[in-house]
Amino acid sequence: MAKCPNKDGKLITGAEIITESLIKENVDVIFGYPGGQVIPIFDTLYDYDCFNFILPRHEQAVVHAADGYARVTGRAGVGIVTSGPGATNTVTGLATAYMDSIPMVLITGQVPTHLIGNDAFQESDVTGITRPISKHNFLVKDIKDLARTIKEAFHIAESGRPGPVVIDIPSDIQKASFEFNYPEKAEIRSYSPSYEGNIKQIKKAAELINKSKKAVLYVGGGVIISGAYKELIALAEKANIPVTMTLMGLGSMPSDHQLSMGMLGMHGTYYANHAVQKSDLLISVGARFDDRVTGKLSEFASNAKIIHIDIDPTSIAKNVKVDVPVVGDAKNILTKLISEVAETKHEEWVSTIDNWKKTHPLEYKQDDNLRPQYVLEILAEITEGKAIITTDVGQHQMWAAQYSNIKYPRSFLTSGGLGTMGFGFPAGLGAKLAVPEKDVFIIAGDGGVQMNIQELSTAVDKNIPVKIVIINNGFLGMVRQWQELFYKKRYSETILTGNPDFVKLAEAYNAVGIRVTKKSEVRDAFKQAMEIDNTVVMDFVVEPEENVFPFVPAGKALHEIIRGLA
Amino acid sequence: MKHTISILVENHFGVLARVAGLFSARGFNIESLAVGETEDDTISRMTIIVSGDENILEQVMKQLNKLIDVIKVNEISASSVKRDLLLVKVSSNKNNRKDLMQLVDIFRAKIIDISSGSMVIEITGDEDKILAFLELLTPFGIKEVARTGIIALSRGH
Repeated sequence: MAKCPNKDGKLITGAEIITESLIKENVDVIFGYPGGQVIPIFDTLYDYDCFNFILPRHEQAVVHAADGYARVTGRAGVGIVTSGPGATNTVTGLATAYMDSIPMVLITGQVPTHLIGNDAFQESDVTGITRPISKHNFLVKDIKDLARTIKEAFHIAESGRPGPVVIDIPSDIQKASFEFNYPEKAEIRSYSPSYEGNIKQIKKAAELINKSKKAVLYVGGGVIISGAYKELIALAEKANIPVTMTLMGLGSMPSDHQLSMGMLGMHGTYYANHAVQKSDLLISVGARFDDRVTGKLSEFASNAKIIHIDIDPTSIAKNVKVDVPVVGDAKNILTKLISEVAETKHEEWVSTIDNWKKTHPLEYKQDDNLRPQYVLEILAEITEGKAIITTDVGQHQMWAAQYSNIKYPRSFLTSGGLGTMGFGFPAGLGAKLAVPEKDVFIIAGDGGVQMNIQELSTAVDKNIPVKIVIINNGFLGMVRQWQELFYKKRYSETILTGNPDFVKLAEAYNAVGIRVTKKSEVRDAFKQAMEIDNTVVMDFVVEPEENVFPFVPAGKALHEIIRGLA
Repeated sequence: MKHTISILVENHFGVLARVAGLFSARGFNIESLAVGETEDDTISRMTIIVSGDENILEQVMKQLNKLIDVIKVNEISASSVKRDLLLVKVSSNKNNRKDLMQLVDIFRAKIIDISSGSMVIEITGDEDKILAFLELLTPFGIKEVARTGIIALSRGH
């Protein structure tokens, strides 16, 4: 972009140090919202044309959009918000990014240093509030530390197990002046993630793999973060091991690959869950044995030895006993592992699973009613897995995970760990800005979409043409499903009466609204939406009491899966 | 089972809050905690006593290591040097003063303040010694107690 000053070695203000540092970090898109304690930064930004600055209409959306950008690019998303309420509004987004290991640098304004601790106007203890939901945070109290702190923040956010980093910068620091010298490297003596993986452990893992007859690869978001997709497929093919993915791992192997079993866990496939339970070896790569994955822990893969590959040592042996832990980067470790394992075939095991795939497929009732699964199946068919899908949280998220036929890494963006409603839309905006050439479909429920619906302004104003697919069942569907199954259909506060007319709502924001009520209209509606160079809100009025199956009820073992259709 | 963990951390503001926050967020219990600068004034040493089984200890140590400001985490073995410092104010009068002074002698403690109705005694030692001393002082009437918590170093190198 134009006009990108270089102020190396010059005496400049703190606000300029911030913008100059962002240039050094090759930041191109900034998401932010002004406020009293960041006016100096915004005043500086006024002179800079080298950023695409996006103003979401809520600080929560600032962080989710930066998160969506980061999920697609693998680079830290950047946000700037003001002190107090500006900062506290980012808490949900930070926690979301932290749980899913998403790199992000969030700059928060703070009251001037002499007022800190005074209960000043719009003051909050941001480092205190964000400590447990960020990978690290800083309060910059001296302008001398500013450039180095920003360097360290990006390094920490993007290295090791990535995560969000908060830099709290008082407004007097933004106004103070100092000579600008951006460090080449961040040197933090207390921080050095290990990437390589201990070769002895890798050899032990290979021995277990070579001895196993019924191995399963259980892979998570770590494979995507480390970019280990090719290695994953190579290992799976060489040792002939079926692969199941966590929600965060979807996209690490194309869902139509012969060895893919799709997702495991609470709403995973019958075959993935049964394969895990019957396996004699579970090879976990970049996953963390979350309760939604394991079900009843004491009966999880109880006949299997466990290899756990993860860059974060705290993830290993946190929930399950591990036979061979390997700490390091998934790509490095898988590369070494591939050369250690024997090329082999497990015909019996693979054919058992193939057989389950035939006898127990993902399925839903085939009739004339407009069912959510159908909507998502058609979307997958039309986009051929080439679009980016973002989701909110709930039933539609699980259907999207099951039916989107995800083929590529970094193309399925979902709040896996925290389960944040209102995530999908702003994350979709961030994604579209990162890869404008791709179609971005935001799958949301009629509940969650209203949690950041104000972003229609941002989308239309900045011409970020995303397509919002509302799976509108008039319920907070996932909770309703639990109420139906476990609380005697007592639908306490899950019936969404008073929803707006989403088509008119879209039009009010100068976006385009399309309503679909019939199965026969779905395909054309998607085609039409893809041709419109504007944000489109698609209101799919679906079967209201459709349930997500298969289903492993909370506290049950994976093999106690309920299929639903019987 | 009690474990003594010695942690070297950056001597910054907020580091103690990070360590303490980690314990509360993960549901680990701190039995005692002592913090002070080391021979290098950019580094502080925290000595933390936690109770729990080997799994909990492993998680605690890994989680501590994960904190950016933590430089090094060690478990201090049972055979290492551990000391606690205790100040105790105990009731005393001219009738029992001699008995108290004898006890202080036996335990190699120190009287650091004395008045007509009480005295303040300083004692250092491992936990057993301090507990035994306190037990013997109880009949005299303990008025106030302050303790540093255990600090520890491993033996040898």
